[in-house]
Amino acid sequence: MQTHIAVFIIPALIIYTVFVVYPFLVSFRLSLYDWKGLGPMVYVGLGNFVKLFTKEPFNQQFFNALKHNLIFFVVTMIVQNLVGLVLAIILSRRIRGSAIFQAVYFLPVTLSLVVVGYLWTLMLNPMWGTVNQILRVVGLGSLTRPWLGDPHTALLTIILVNAWQWLGFPLLVFLASIQGIPDEFYEAARIDGASEWHIARHITVPLILPSITMVTIMTFIGTMNAFDIVYTMEGILGSPFFSTDVLGTFFYRTAFGTVWGTPGNLGFGSAVAVVMFLMVLIVSYAWLQITKKHEVQY
Amino acid sequence: MVSNSVKTGQEIFANPFSLPSSFVWDNYGYVWSIASFNAYLKNSVLVTAVSVFLVLAVSSAAAFALARYRFTGNTFLYLFFLSGLMLPIRLGIIPLFILMKNLNLLDTYASLILTYTASAIPFAVFILTGFFKALPKELEFAARIDGCNEYRIYYQIMLPLVRPALATVAIFNFVQTWNDFFIPLVFISSDHLKTVPLGMTNFFGQYQTDWNYLFAGLTLATLPTLIMYLFMSKQFIKGLTAGAVKG
Repeated sequence: MQTHIAVFIIPALIIYTVFVVYPFLVSFRLSLYDWKGLGPMVYVGLGNFVKLFTKEPFNQQFFNALKHNLIFFVVTMIVQNLVGLVLAIILSRRIRGSAIFQAVYFLPVTLSLVVVGYLWTLMLNPMWGTVNQILRVVGLGSLTRPWLGDPHTALLTIILVNAWQWLGFPLLVFLASIQGIPDEFYEAARIDGASEWHIARHITVPLILPSITMVTIMTFIGTMNAFDIVYTMEGILGSPFFSTDVLGTFFYRTAFGTVWGTPGNLGFGSAVAVVMFLMVLIVSYAWLQITKKHEVQY
Repeated sequence: MVSNSVKTGQEIFANPFSLPSSFVWDNYGYVWSIASFNAYLKNSVLVTAVSVFLVLAVSSAAAFALARYRFTGNTFLYLFFLSGLMLPIRLGIIPLFILMKNLNLLDTYASLILTYTASAIPFAVFILTGFFKALPKELEFAARIDGCNEYRIYYQIMLPLVRPALATVAIFNFVQTWNDFFIPLVFISSDHLKTVPLGMTNFFGQYQTDWNYLFAGLTLATLPTLIMYLFMSKQFIKGLTAGAVKG
């Protein structure tokens, strides 16, 4: 390799290898040890994984968190991406003010999850929060409740707040790919007398399937890694009673310990990380293969 | 939020919706200096600016070499960089934590800057390589005939031509780094080194919260990205959705 090529590539290569690739590989090795951070590292083979899947309370908390991640994913898909798709189809008609709508919907994406989490915590405050006040004003006072304190509503509330923040993202991705569809397709369909529903169902959706795949995978990765929003709104224990615990908070607790000073186990935490990574990898890959078969070209 | 940020604590409880009866600017003063928001802001600005600059510098050089020269290992290196798009940095956080500890970098700016820079490289290389590839070969030949060496071709000819891509990468990284909460949470323990998102958690006590200060803090925390967004929402949107849409 010539010198100048090396000069160009090596700085990026070193930083990337040392601080991304290397830690990642070490994660896999570390997952085979029992290690509290200080003191000796004890090789336990697959012991951490066995413990994670079979030993109480770890397996309970793990499957509980995993279930919440799956609910997180499904509800986010339905609410955020379906609304995003419908809005994208509407905004693609070049109605007046569509640029302003785009900007408004996208604005929350640029905010910090921490800020969003706190803002909504304030609005959802059971005593004087905006949400309950509005419910009272419109005569639905019976629906008011401590949204974040009630184990039945806490998780759903957090998911909706998260979906509210990210709505603009799928909206814009869908909008961009809808605008790439040639107009003739729509004209032909209208001449044939297709309804708006038929056009959306048989023309728009199949043709933007690659974008839908992309958004689905990103949503999956995003919801599997959810952490900030739960941490800011419910704390590291996924309060109340672990009803909002997700793999992210579970991972943080197992690796670094809880706020009360229970020690973490870096080896066991790594095992959790490895399991999370493998799940993301397998599901994303499978989803990609499935949708590839259904993609339509034009 | 903004109107509540200039009320007293009692008034927020009594009339959360009404406009403030009098403006209590002291909330901002308190948040700014006593609650050390100014320090958090300085940390965030420093960490974000240095990280974004470093990412642009090292990634554009690497992307330039990958896009414009043929050499053995080119494709391999490109894929090696790209594989990072798949690796969520959070899952490597434990070894990273140990590595920072061994390098004596825990609780320093460097731990944040290096982590952000490294994790942003895959995306930056991916976007920039595409742009460098699209530039015509003739520019390079002409510059070489005029006696430019390889470094000047990169710095003076090619780099200015991919400015839009650099902006995209910069915005994307700016938003991610500025808003990140997880990495400072793990690496930073000294209060004076906390970034804005982490510092905000101080206002939100476990048992009692001073809402008036929190409102003022939230307003201040939102302003930088908000102002940037209002001025360049088009580029912002392009920057943040880049890579998700084909092409």
